[in-house]
Amino acid sequence: MELGRPNLDEFASTLFALAQHDRNILVVTSDSRGSGKLTPFGLQLPDQLVEVGIAEQNLVGVAAGLASTGKRVFAVSPACFLTARGLEQIKNDLAYSDIPAKIIGISAGVSYGALGSTHHSLHDFAVLRAIHNITIIAPADNFETRSTIQAILDYPHPVYVRFGKAPQYHLHPPDTRFEIGKAITITGGHDVCFVACGETVSMAYAASQVLAAEGLTCRVISMHTVKPLDVETLVLAAQETKALITVEEHSVHGGLGEACASALLERGFCLPFKITGIPDEYTVTGSQAEIFNDYGISPEGLAATARQLLQRQPT
Amino acid sequence: MLSEHELSLKSIEYRKTILRIIKQAKAGHTGGSLSCVDILNVLYNQVLRVSPETFHHPERDRYIQSKGHSVEALYTVLADRGFFPCQALDTLCRHQSHLIGHPTRKVNGIELNSGALGHGLSIGVGMALAGKMDHLPYRVYVLLGDGELAEGSCWEASMTAAHYGLDNLVAIVDRNRLQITGNTETVNPLEPLAAKFSAFGYAVRSVDGNDIHELVNAFGQVPFEQGKPNLIIARTIKGKGVSFMENNVTWHHHVPTDSEYAAALCELDAARARLQEAAWS
Ligand SMILES: [Mg+2]
Repeated sequence: MELGRPNLDEFASTLFALAQHDRNILVVTSDSRGSGKLTPFGLQLPDQLVEVGIAEQNLVGVAAGLASTGKRVFAVSPACFLTARGLEQIKNDLAYSDIPAKIIGISAGVSYGALGSTHHSLHDFAVLRAIHNITIIAPADNFETRSTIQAILDYPHPVYVRFGKAPQYHLHPPDTRFEIGKAITITGGHDVCFVACGETVSMAYAASQVLAAEGLTCRVISMHTVKPLDVETLVLAAQETKALITVEEHSVHGGLGEACASALLERGFCLPFKITGIPDEYTVTGSQAEIFNDYGISPEGLAATARQLLQRQPT
Repeated sequence: MLSEHELSLKSIEYRKTILRIIKQAKAGHTGGSLSCVDILNVLYNQVLRVSPETFHHPERDRYIQSKGHSVEALYTVLADRGFFPCQALDTLCRHQSHLIGHPTRKVNGIELNSGALGHGLSIGVGMALAGKMDHLPYRVYVLLGDGELAEGSCWEASMTAAHYGLDNLVAIVDRNRLQITGNTETVNPLEPLAAKFSAFGYAVRSVDGNDIHELVNAFGQVPFEQGKPNLIIARTIKGKGVSFMENNVTWHHHVPTDSEYAAALCELDAARARLQEAAWS
């Protein structure tokens, strides 16, 4: 599998390419154009970049006002601040008012690693899932990122997209179809299923390779849209595999894992099941990769979780 | 266009309607609706280029009521202007009615859902900025409460309004000097308010916000200065028009009893008679 670039870079160049042909596409930043890789956008399309300074409440409110007039607005800010400081504006000015601005949480999850918990967003799925009328998307690779931006451009309701800044492996063949709310099955298999999103999908895929060497077949699903959840694909996986592991760069509370658990339980499915994410504790310090490793969001860690659920000894 | 005398008469009718619908609903923000209704009267009958027919036109003027809790005044004026039937006012706060205790887009004439304080000005900044980008002639009016100004987001929005030179934005502060706890200056002082807004880059005017003539005059002078957002400090009286409600914090969201309602109507009818008499003489 070939290593691509960070989803952040893919986002910035996709948006720039679209904005060059549409002066109604606007970016709103909160002193975040540099972190959002949007400096070239600002230099070449200065009339399409609105700067509000370090003020996330204002960022979302201004984005709502702009979008209410028909502008195609992307408010870009670190996920940790955007979805906490700006939460009430997201709830009222976008979701409740049904204003179709798109909010982009950059350097999400533990992307900022060693900068610590102030800069981590492990709550964003949870808080936004509890708010009606906002779609939540965590693209896994460059293809999903590019496709997400193209898909949400004309989407008539608010959308939250979050991604990190580490280079990502290309996970999909070129003819893959992308649709909001429709998960992508990367590999088929019947022993264990990984349902992952964002930058943990490549870890799940790598784990499936480890397990394949042990004779186990894995299904790997990129559940890029966390809300609305693709229940159909999830249910099929629960019917056709022996154990299900969810993986996310988010607290184990309130995110993809709990969304899958409730969807399955409410439909009567009961199978060996594990939510993998950041546990409810002071997050260990270190880089994103080190944090992932500590919490078993790694090829070996996920393979071990799979063996445990299937009650198999490591070979 | 209505004369100032006719507008003054309308304000009295609006006050009576506000009290009637609050009493009927057994809920509402009486004091704040009475303090800002003259501003709404002048805006919707004189200033705003918007009507039920043009409400979706891209060049319409926009009005955002950031102090969403005074929604009874807004509903009353919108109904009078024909945005929805006056009978709908009787459904205020009823089960399954769109006329809830804060503005929502489900009510014709309302741009955006509001009511959480500190949101409206940023939205107005975005709308005004879009107008500048597209060289559209519309203006954006945002009504703020004075207690609301403790929300830091109001000041974040103000900085952006000045940064982008939004002289098509008109912020109006309903300066009734009261909030639910009491006097704004004892809760968390706002003064010197005009100086603060000036320092944030606004062109500031201060008017008697319950005086139709002063309001008409102030709105007529917009933009106060090229390249600066406009700010009107509308000095108002909370509970204006009913002596025992005026400047009395308990009327923030008190609902009139039968006898209070009768006494209030008596006062408003007397005020109406005085106005008409003055016009004849
Ligand atoms: Mg007040």
